Amino acid sequence: MSAHPPMYFKNRLYYVLLAAGGLVALAGMYAVYLMEHHGHVITGMNNQIVWGVPHVFAIFMIVAASGVLNVASIGSVFGKALYKARAPLAGLLSIAMLAGGLTVLMLDLGRPDRVIVAATNMNLTSVFAWNVVLYSGMFALVFVYLWTMMERRMNPMTKPVGFAVFAWRFILTTGTGLIFAFLTARQAYGSALLPPMFIVLSFAWGLAVFHLTQTILYAWNDKALDPAIMQRKRNLLGVFVVGSLYMVAVYHLTNLYFAQQVGFVRFILVDGGIYPNLFWWGYVVIGNLVPLTLIYWPGLGRTRCVFAASLLVVLGAFALLYVFIIGGQAYPLNIFPGHEATSSFGDGQIASYRPSIYEFMLGFGGLAIAFITTTVSARVLDFMPQDKPYIID
Amino acid sequence: MSDIDLRRRNFFKTSLGAAAVAIAPGILLFDLAHGKPQSVGGKVRWGMLIDTTQCREGCNDCVTACNKENGLSGGTSATDSQWIRKVEIKEISTGRKVSLPMMCQHCDKPPCVDVCPTGASFKRVDGIVLVDRHLCIGCRYCMMACPYKARSFVHEPVTGQNPDVPRGKGTVESCTLCVHRVDNGQQPACAESCPNKAILFGDLNDPESEISKKIRSVASVQVRADLGLNTGVRYQGL
Repeated sequence: MSAHPPMYFKNRLYYVLLAAGGLVALAGMYAVYLMEHHGHVITGMNNQIVWGVPHVFAIFMIVAASGVLNVASIGSVFGKALYKARAPLAGLLSIAMLAGGLTVLMLDLGRPDRVIVAATNMNLTSVFAWNVVLYSGMFALVFVYLWTMMERRMNPMTKPVGFAVFAWRFILTTGTGLIFAFLTARQAYGSALLPPMFIVLSFAWGLAVFHLTQTILYAWNDKALDPAIMQRKRNLLGVFVVGSLYMVAVYHLTNLYFAQQVGFVRFILVDGGIYPNLFWWGYVVIGNLVPLTLIYWPGLGRTRCVFAASLLVVLGAFALLYVFIIGGQAYPLNIFPGHEATSSFGDGQIASYRPSIYEFMLGFGGLAIAFITTTVSARVLDFMPQDKPYIID
Repeated sequence: MSDIDLRRRNFFKTSLGAAAVAIAPGILLFDLAHGKPQSVGGKVRWGMLIDTTQCREGCNDCVTACNKENGLSGGTSATDSQWIRKVEIKEISTGRKVSLPMMCQHCDKPPCVDVCPTGASFKRVDGIVLVDRHLCIGCRYCMMACPYKARSFVHEPVTGQNPDVPRGKGTVESCTLCVHRVDNGQQPACAESCPNKAILFGDLNDPESEISKKIRSVASVQVRADLGLNTGVRYQGL
């Protein structure tokens, strides 16, 4: 074994990881084929829970894709050198996650073969149609942004393009939040608080994904991150996590105050079975309290702690989205206020949902696409942050 | 006449024959589709008045008629399409029970039409809300937006379709107000099948129509009127 230099094994490992990612993506494609062939009956989704696990994956990736650009914005818009050095990596992650998320969203359609119809026939009152423009615009804009950063002659354009990306991603996440905010009749949605909530959530989730990638990238290249930089980024993650917890708390608090919403809040936070469990244990404890402890507890907060905290923030994100998207649909629609209702179509009853393996295959397939895009790009192009000796700016 | 001319003549004959064979089925199909050649007018607004005092608990005749008319399986599993359903409601504070059919309310301001990314969900000028089967991409956003849970997603391949009511796996569908019957001057299947004549169908814009006269004289409400959607279906005795 010792006949080979360490690089040899690293190269091997690289291709093994890439192949593993490829296999997961392939499994996702197979799930899509089966869903296409048999119809959505093989998923756990039904006429009551119309959006399921694929949407949890897709929305996580799309929201995080916008949030990760925060790192780039702090560099380009606010001129902080330590973030500027990380802007290319942030841009790459954004493109990778957007690609993964959109792939999942498109392949979950009942007729993915008609996806082009979404571009040729646009209903301008539909926030989904706006998002088609916002998402494709985001791709293009971040590509240009990366170009201005990586091509030296284009460097002067980085700042204006950075501003454009900064504005665009705010609008994009607003659009994602509006998908739910525009639902007039559903108890869980239809709140103007949702777009800002999604924006703050995107900050935390995006930065967590950035931390994970950066830590792995540094370890892979046998580099150590300047502890001063580490500390600043760690604190930023802490602030974002507190901020997102605040938004989620206010969202539930406003609901709790309206008599007509109390039943729904009770369901989500107290007696809704898996949903309160996922909310309190998955989101609040694992996704917020433990990461905050890992970040702020005296003596903790080193590289490994921040890595673990970031991982937990991502897990918490999935828990929250599951509760928000699926729990929000499981609670019966209040068609006859003040009445109990029963019918053959689930009126007045908590809808049941058991996700099938195919939904997870599709979701992980999307993550695999993001993984492959990131690993291949980070190998062929220089996305490694280049820090000058750190000076507080 | 030379040989060459004969060959040309034969070639034209064969071509004409082949073209006729190719086009004929198309013409035949065109003839089979029972759509009216003239477009619908915006003067009418189709609607319904449902008298819940005449709707019997346990009676499912409207649902059965709808399933038969539109080629639905009649299954009631979570993935089966149900265009119309019987809902039994009980007022929590008084215990008063009412039985009623629930279906697409054919809103004047339909949320499903607002949210549909491709414009597949649309409202005809006569007020009937429909899904264009060729434009629906199956995103299910309309199902999220509908306050009445009126829409179903086709989860499986469909068989035994009625030629007048095309359906398709992977698209969303709902009550069409039996548009294919209405366009031919008939009543929707549910209205026709009700043994107690609890469903009154007609033109809400015509002040002389039976439905207009009745909604002027008896108290009727729109379900979730607070949402301001101005539904085409109204309920009496709710």
